[in-house]
Amino acid sequence: MPLEIDLSKLRHGTELLKRGFARMQKGGVIMDVVNAEQARVAEGAGAVAVMALERVPADIRAAGGVARMADPQKVQEIMDAVTVPVMAKCRIGHFAEAQVLEALGVDMIDESEVLTPADPFFHVDKRRFTVPFVCGARDLGEAVRRVWEGAAMVRTKGEAGTGNVVEAVRHQRTINGQVKELSGKDDDELFKVARRLECDFEVLKEVARLRRLPVVNFAAGGIATPADAALMMQLGSDGVFVGSGIFKSDDPERRAKAIVEAVMHFDDPRVVGEVSKGLGTAMKGLEIPAIPKEQRLQERGW
Amino acid sequence: MLKAGVVAVQGAVTEHLEAFERAFSDMGRKGQAVPVRRLRDLGGVQALAIPGGESTTISRLLQKFGLFDEIGKRAREGMPVLGTCAGLVLLSREGDEEVRRTKTRLLGLVDMAVARNAFGRQKESFEADIAVDLPGEEWRRPYPAVFIRAPVVTRVWGGCRALACVEGRIVLAGQGNLVAAAFHPELTTDTRLHRLLLGMI
Repeated sequence: MPLEIDLSKLRHGTELLKRGFARMQKGGVIMDVVNAEQARVAEGAGAVAVMALERVPADIRAAGGVARMADPQKVQEIMDAVTVPVMAKCRIGHFAEAQVLEALGVDMIDESEVLTPADPFFHVDKRRFTVPFVCGARDLGEAVRRVWEGAAMVRTKGEAGTGNVVEAVRHQRTINGQVKELSGKDDDELFKVARRLECDFEVLKEVARLRRLPVVNFAAGGIATPADAALMMQLGSDGVFVGSGIFKSDDPERRAKAIVEAVMHFDDPRVVGEVSKGLGTAMKGLEIPAIPKEQRLQERGW
Repeated sequence: MLKAGVVAVQGAVTEHLEAFERAFSDMGRKGQAVPVRRLRDLGGVQALAIPGGESTTISRLLQKFGLFDEIGKRAREGMPVLGTCAGLVLLSREGDEEVRRTKTRLLGLVDMAVARNAFGRQKESFEADIAVDLPGEEWRRPYPAVFIRAPVVTRVWGGCRALACVEGRIVLAGQGNLVAAAFHPELTTDTRLHRLLLGMI
């Protein structure tokens, strides 16, 4: 046995650990599941993590009313069923729900617009937590605000529960475009941009230097097919969340595997085509204009 | 000209590519680091990293796209391989209950048994400076190690040697041309492990 020198204490909950956890999910698919059985199907299909929910977004949308954190017993049941990381959602600003989920031991918390927002003024101060967070964003200002608050991963908001990828594309393209606009700007100019986007100057400077967000950036909200996933990856997403798209389809297991393989080979249309063959019907989906503005989930949060 | 590959199924791929680039520069050598996604990407690759991510996912996709057996063959022929976190699990001969339940196929190259998520869930993830039992002046400095839902080596036998421990549990092991780390050298700027691998070419 080699000599063991306990040189320093173990350090928990550092920025590197939170962002590092998110990095391990890259190139992967994170799937919404509502019970242990679905969680095992997702794991078997190659999901890198599962999102434990009581209802998928399409059903939350259909049910209406106030959507809250899932029953901890439900989350625990899913944590006990699989070895991949388990994530769960808390309401925007509801730090007490986040505390419960952290104590329960979930691996990442999604402060999500899919649930009914709980705080009209503030998002959760994510720096106070040991567990990492993922948050949704529609544009660069929103993404930088969330990173400043301590989010270890950013995802597009898209329009959850619609099976319609157009809003995820809008948000990813908007962020890409705004990042591009930062290039060549000096500090004075970046400061003006930070004021315009209402976001932190130091984080924005980091974005300008890296020419991308300083955290992992996933696609979410409306992804339903392998080609949708390949589209988002080609637009620069680091991985994808699939919510209602899998377990609201005809053959969830095959579709889940196909989306996993399409994400790995997003730049090879032959593979994407091969895995897309005979998958059965995707979820029906919704046209965005058919949803009244006040019912659009992406409008929640700021 | 050195050529290093990084298994690019899922996980910390770009981080390993960048770590190899830093290692080339620290060694003052010209080199190229390439992602390995298909069989043809392995052509000319002299050293390989298997990154962190989800071992179940990585194993399944390596088999599906025909890389699994080829990586095993090349490693047995002497290609240096560094497996980190999920990569350590894949290099091992013997998995735990979780590996069996998920029917994860292992490369079975290093004489060691592993346990997945051995320190607990993400909130138990940690950073620590560890002592590495390797010869040479540069290994007298501690190694900054980042453990994320990390596995541990529960037993070594045959040609495998334990190289570092945390709280009495083995987190770094080596066997000839193979190095297995439970932590993530690709997340820091310390290039010693990547240079160790490139030095074996």
